[in-house]
Amino acid sequence: MLAFTLRRAVQAIGVMFAVGIIAFSMFRFAGDPVNQIVSIDTSAAEREAVRKSLGLDDPVPVQFVRYFADAAQFKFGVSYQFRQPVSALLSERMPATLELAICATVFAMVFGILMGVYSALKRDTALAKLFQAVSLIGISLPTFLIGILLIYLFAVTLGWLPSFGRGEVVKLGWWTTGLLTLSGLKALIMPSITLGLFQMTLIMRLVRAEMLEVLRTDYIRFARARGLTTRAIHFGHALKNTLIPVITVAGLQFGSVIAFSIITETVFQWPGMGLLFVQAVQNVDIPIMAAYLLMVSLIFVTINLVVDILYTVVDPRLRATVGRAA
Amino acid sequence: MTEPVLSVRNLQVEFASRRGTLRAIDDVSFDIAKGEVLGVVGESGAGKSVTGLAVIGLIDPPGRIAGGEIRLAGMRIDNLPPEEMRRVRGKRIGMIFQDPLTSLNPLYKVGDQIVETIRTHLNLSETAARRRAIDLLAEVGIPAPEKRIDGYPHEFSGGMRQRVVIALAICAEPELIIADEPTTALDVSVQAQIISLIKRLGRDHGTAVMLVTHDMGVIAETSDRVAVMYAGRVAEIGPVQDVVRNPLHPYAKGLMGAIPTLAGEDKRLVQIPGSMPRLSAIPRGCSFNPRCASAFDRCRVDRPEPLSRGTQSVACHLYDTAPAETAA
Repeated sequence: MLAFTLRRAVQAIGVMFAVGIIAFSMFRFAGDPVNQIVSIDTSAAEREAVRKSLGLDDPVPVQFVRYFADAAQFKFGVSYQFRQPVSALLSERMPATLELAICATVFAMVFGILMGVYSALKRDTALAKLFQAVSLIGISLPTFLIGILLIYLFAVTLGWLPSFGRGEVVKLGWWTTGLLTLSGLKALIMPSITLGLFQMTLIMRLVRAEMLEVLRTDYIRFARARGLTTRAIHFGHALKNTLIPVITVAGLQFGSVIAFSIITETVFQWPGMGLLFVQAVQNVDIPIMAAYLLMVSLIFVTINLVVDILYTVVDPRLRATVGRAA
Repeated sequence: MTEPVLSVRNLQVEFASRRGTLRAIDDVSFDIAKGEVLGVVGESGAGKSVTGLAVIGLIDPPGRIAGGEIRLAGMRIDNLPPEEMRRVRGKRIGMIFQDPLTSLNPLYKVGDQIVETIRTHLNLSETAARRRAIDLLAEVGIPAPEKRIDGYPHEFSGGMRQRVVIALAICAEPELIIADEPTTALDVSVQAQIISLIKRLGRDHGTAVMLVTHDMGVIAETSDRVAVMYAGRVAEIGPVQDVVRNPLHPYAKGLMGAIPTLAGEDKRLVQIPGSMPRLSAIPRGCSFNPRCASAFDRCRVDRPEPLSRGTQSVACHLYDTAPAETAA
């Protein structure tokens, strides 16, 4: 088990190294960073001074090693536009993004699993068919359109919820949270739904399909022949077997939720990392873009690792194979 | 005569399909007495498994019991409300399925699955149920049961899993065990062990056993009586020695003729020509008539009803002495 975890961790480091190379090469291929920093009328001597102070005159391998060593300590250089350390900018905005992503995922999991189980068990009811129709909408409508429609309905027409921002936030150390104030919670509702809707429909369809599959298996038939209650069969035996693929998808989707929060954050002017990234793209602020790339891949790799470990918790068969392989 | 444990009378099972209603079981009747093993034999699709599922009330839509009645120790069970039928399942009727590899939930320890079943049916504490589970595992011949109880199904071999399945089926001391091809998925050497286990359990607890199989060898070894099914009907039923040595129905004759014997003369085994009709195209009259060498005019028109011949009962016009037009 430990050997398995370690092996996966080594693989994860390999992936991060590859991403680091890509992030680093962005600096080399997206134009001369000195031109981004200085103004047009800066003299050549001053440009050289800036170049030297940033270490940009060193050979490429030296620069790469330095970049990587810094990145490993979460130092990503200085933003061209804000003239502030990128790590400070990111950590300032990360709580907003994580809070949004977690709320969206919880929303997606809770409603996705409930609706999926319901529509598998009561396949022919009108409500199950409605869920199917809703899921089709959720899967096919683009995120920004859902966001705009929600804003139009609940913010503009009804005026129940704020149309942008995070509301009031409370500072807990370096973390800022909107979960403790009413306006913060209200501000969280629409972005969470917008961001989580696609995941919710995905999970719902997955749970429904898996559940129907599992209910046809021999061990469910045998459980019925043993006279277990319907409740024990559906929620004890069937649902647990359904959850393995759901964990995979929900886990991997959590990474996409963070990555794709760019769109939702833009629509709702949510002060998170995604919005920072969009502004960075507009201003060719490469340190931020490179750092964002590294952050998102770090999150993906970590989630993959956690999902792999979670499997073995749910499925004893994997524990055995993992043990044997290790 | 005491009341039979299981009594099935004129059972009919139908499946609604797009092309109309298919009758999978048509007018099947049989009894199983306490401690008796009834073998049910026939080709694939003859309705053996459906009969078993009908008895335990697990016919899923679009299938339904369309007629007849099933009595368990005199109590009618084919029309019980679902919740009451659930309480009968596992408690008064235990069932063993064909494939032990897929019968157990892979995510739960075998002990938890046994304890769950025991506590569903018997009013026992967790520890008492666990003790009973260990006893059950020992009874079905699992070595070191107090250790194995915490194993997961994938840690057991096929034969051991079938033993666990049997332990699950008998955990509430049922009056009837339905074993649906319990040995088909197992090695031949393991088959013999499982068969003798089922036989021993039936004897020790006085449990009636309905053994569904297509293996005549298994039937001959285990059963007291045998029912030969064909196209959803019972062709012949009787004590196993009589039916094996002296089959009456042409189909039963064909089946027995297809068993190789060690002492057998050096001749080809008998083969029944053709194959069983599809449910949507069961011929008029006797459903076996297109494949029967002794079929005559009446077989193509009249459906034969069961006739008593000594200890056996046979559904064939050949044994109906009334009409004289027997032309074979």
